[in-house]
Amino acid sequence: MGLFAPEGEGKSLASHGFEGLEHNFVTGRLEDLVGWSRARSLWPATFGLACCAIEMMASGAAHYDMARYGMEVFRASPRQADLMIVAGRVSQKMAPVLRTIYDQMMEPKWVISMGVCASSGGMFNNYAIVQGVDQVVPVDVYAPGCPPGPETLLHAIFTLHDSIQNGDLLRRREANNGGAMIEVAQRDGQSAPVTIGRS
Amino acid sequence: MALTEDTETTDSGQADDGLVGDASRVTGIDNAVLRMSEAEVAALTQETTDEFGDSKMIINMGPSHPSTHGVLRLMLEMEGETVLRSKPIIGYLHTGMEKTGEQLTYLQGCTNVTRMDYAAPLFTELAFSLAVENLLEVEIPDRATWIRMMMCELNRMTSHLLFMATNGMDLGAVSMMIYGWREREEVLRFFEKVTGLRMNHNYIRPGGVAADLPDGWQEDVLGLCDLIEPRLEEYDILMTGQPIWRERLQGVGVINEAECLALGATGPLLRSAGSSWDLRRDMPYLAYDDVDFDVIIGTYGDSFDRYAIRLNEIRESIRIVRQCVANMPKGDYRVQNKKVTPPPRARIDESMEALIHHFKIFTEGFKVPEGETYAAVESPRGEVGVYLVSDGSSTPARMHVRAPSFVNLQTLPHLMHGGLLADAVAIISSVDPIMGEVDR
Amino acid sequence: MSDVATPDEELVEEETVEPEPELHGAPVTVVAGQNVLHATVETYPELLANLQAEAFGQVVDLCGVDYLLGGRSDVPASIETKRFEVVVNLLSHAKRERIRVRAQVAEGESIASIFDLYPGTEAMEREAFDMYGIDFHGHPDLCRILMPENWQGHPLRKDFEVGRIPVQFKAAPRQG
Repeated sequence: MGLFAPEGEGKSLASHGFEGLEHNFVTGRLEDLVGWSRARSLWPATFGLACCAIEMMASGAAHYDMARYGMEVFRASPRQADLMIVAGRVSQKMAPVLRTIYDQMMEPKWVISMGVCASSGGMFNNYAIVQGVDQVVPVDVYAPGCPPGPETLLHAIFTLHDSIQNGDLLRRREANNGGAMIEVAQRDGQSAPVTIGRS
Repeated sequence: MALTEDTETTDSGQADDGLVGDASRVTGIDNAVLRMSEAEVAALTQETTDEFGDSKMIINMGPSHPSTHGVLRLMLEMEGETVLRSKPIIGYLHTGMEKTGEQLTYLQGCTNVTRMDYAAPLFTELAFSLAVENLLEVEIPDRATWIRMMMCELNRMTSHLLFMATNGMDLGAVSMMIYGWREREEVLRFFEKVTGLRMNHNYIRPGGVAADLPDGWQEDVLGLCDLIEPRLEEYDILMTGQPIWRERLQGVGVINEAECLALGATGPLLRSAGSSWDLRRDMPYLAYDDVDFDVIIGTYGDSFDRYAIRLNEIRESIRIVRQCVANMPKGDYRVQNKKVTPPPRARIDESMEALIHHFKIFTEGFKVPEGETYAAVESPRGEVGVYLVSDGSSTPARMHVRAPSFVNLQTLPHLMHGGLLADAVAIISSVDPIMGEVDR
Repeated sequence: MSDVATPDEELVEEETVEPEPELHGAPVTVVAGQNVLHATVETYPELLANLQAEAFGQVVDLCGVDYLLGGRSDVPASIETKRFEVVVNLLSHAKRERIRVRAQVAEGESIASIFDLYPGTEAMEREAFDMYGIDFHGHPDLCRILMPENWQGHPLRKDFEVGRIPVQFKAAPRQG
């Protein structure tokens, strides 16, 4: 009817120059649209603490390039950021600062705990390191590795993207009453294994 | 001893008596360091000042800041845009590594110290291994020494490339960040091939190195050198001759030799002030007296000199690496002392003794004779040293790492005094601290 | 000097006859090829002033050590050993030489700060104070540097626990 009829008099598609274009509405659910747009333009907040920060910078650099996923703008101000990638070990002195930055971020916000030190205290089970950043902020994805290479970090980011997009993250958060707590597998070292020593 | 023409010999310019410059700016208590506690600063802000009172303001920079190179916090006393006194506040990355070091065996010790300076991990591993070997009194085979030297020089290249990338980004040349990391990735790929990891390799261990170089390493390394050398020319075009770069770095953060020595600064910071002190040349370790290289010295002690020194040190490292490829000796990659090095994997299946040694070394650890020692190497940031005290057991009684960035950070207030806030960013970047080793 | 040793002298072998080796005015031992000077809290400031005059222009490192659990046997007999040691590593550019000074400090005792001689020891002494509780009198600003300002205890002391907590498995729902 009307504008959408391929033929017809006067005010048809063809007469408006829309020949061959039959469907110019896309329908879908609002949730999908929101999920898609949230996932595709996550802006990380700079929270590089230690060695993992170097690998996070490597993920943003040319070889692994997070800009393909809309994420190369690391916002210094937490007010402008959606995602906090806690990259590195969190010491006792730094934990209040971490919580303050997290609180300053606007909803919706997500947290990736990058590396074993952020996930569980890592190899430093002592007085100085908070044993897992989930003691301080709710974590959505844990990426293992010491440090996790860019491949693992990207895997964690894709996992986060997928679960944001299909609403899984919000369901997990409700179930855990906190962060989504998704663990990803380490994906580095895909090249040939190194034999330590020689036989 | 292979000295080149450029290297200064003996005492000229190195005698502590004839110091270049005057250190009075840094001695004494009333200088550029803002020695106030948090409580005092908080109390200061509560005071009301009259309209024409003090225009000084104490502001906080960090620890979460895009340009402070990690979790460094600076308390700056400012008058307008000018920095008067300042105080670096550290400890936001304190990991208790020295305490952890007392719980780990000597074989595990390298996993711990490697995470201190995470941009140049092999140097701290090397210092630790040298300290342990001093106490063990073992002789390291030549091939292990040359492998260590080559891997360390490659690591120096990656660290300086990281410096140039972050320095460029801090000053606004954001494309330098991309270029620096592009080169780094190539070298990290080689590291992954040899050590299994891109970073924090745990490769240099007491007794030698963990694994021999894989087949085809010469082509890989020479390929890296051929790749990186012309790209350094690109950086020269992008930055060195560029007027904006020079304006931002020349004359910014000036320090003289006497001040550096008084503050204990080493590395490119000291060399930018004109001192030619480089441990590789002046107190050689490994096989540095068998290779030719120049020590790059600056003249003005400013941030531009430090940038130029690091750029040229990449060239010198490439030179050393080429010589390592040409002269790599054959032999063992670790000392063949059954009490120290684990046996090869295949032999464990055949020999009961090998199995027992393997078990003892990996569970209890090898025992190191009682004693204390200090071993130092020249890392990209300065002198990294390990002071090791052994009580005869399999774990250290005290393991202290002398981190160059920890000591170099003391120069920051003096470098920033009288400069602008934007210069503060350039200065922190030119000192190139790595907070992992500052806080340990 | 008699050239025939009497039976008495033979028994008293090395204790009184051999003097302690000295260098720069302090007892020295050689450990793994490195010279180590030993000092007490009283002799420490003068010794370091002497060393500075002898062209040891840089203090490379100053740290504390806790010998509560023992483990040292190389301190000369004339120096009384205490719980803590302050270890200073110095470097001379002119002589290309290193030297080490070990000063014995008892718990609660205060040792002189060498900030006036070597300003670079400011942060190092603060770290020794923070980690061990060693007091340096004459230091311009002796406060904690690595631990938070209100932290109780001195972490690197041997009677301070590492603080290991048992590993907890958090039962995170797995994916991928």
